[in-house]
Amino acid sequence: MKLTSFLQDGKLTIALAGEIDHHCAKEYIAAIKAKIEAYVPDICVLDFSEVGFMDSSGIAVIINALRCMNKIDGTLKVSDLQEQPKKVFAASGIDKLVNITEVYK
Amino acid sequence: MKFDNYMILEFPSKSANEAFARAAVACFAAQMDPTLEEMGDIRTAVSEAVTNCIVHAYPQQIGMISLRCRILKDNVLDIVVKDKGVGIDCIEKARTPMFTTGGADRSGMGFTIMESFMTWFEVSSAPGKGTTVHMRRKLQRKK
Repeated sequence: MKLTSFLQDGKLTIALAGEIDHHCAKEYIAAIKAKIEAYVPDICVLDFSEVGFMDSSGIAVIINALRCMNKIDGTLKVSDLQEQPKKVFAASGIDKLVNITEVYK
Repeated sequence: MKFDNYMILEFPSKSANEAFARAAVACFAAQMDPTLEEMGDIRTAVSEAVTNCIVHAYPQQIGMISLRCRILKDNVLDIVVKDKGVGIDCIEKARTPMFTTGGADRSGMGFTIMESFMTWFEVSSAPGKGTTVHMRRKLQRKK
């Protein structure tokens, strides 16, 4: 699992990297939950620019992050999806639940 | 059925083997000269099928997963992922989007993604005997 984060003006950006599958999903879910609970941000952005591959386990990571943000009345955004994760997003229908920003940086 | 080439792999249901399985299939499929998108689709479907074996077929123990890939005529990649685990009670229910018996860290989208990323997809299962996922992907020929 590779994850970095920074907080600025109530916006928490969490950058994920590498491949997200069931093998590492639980760690990502727990780490993102811990960050959101620690910082209680208004907006949380999951930066996917360095994620080259994800399967449906990545969807579970997003859904769990969404649950955490809903609990504190915050907004979840997902940014900079590469082509393969973008396709998994579309196939799962989660792109209708989460705000996906094309160019974040 | 006629086929050009094939490979068979067998490995234990350890989650570290998810990445191994999709990488192995991608390496095998490379000889078919797939596009980047096709390669991504194949890796995703294999990852879903193998994850299902690890999470659902063998929930309490480590069991064997077998993976067979064949290259059929007209540039079709044929993939079979087989386990001897607990099996599926109701396949129709298991294929329903968002349905999962796997808990909060699972999305219930595995079969949906395999179906939408492959050109043909079939799952057969018997409770207590195991599950076989059979899928095919026709690859466009590059000019």
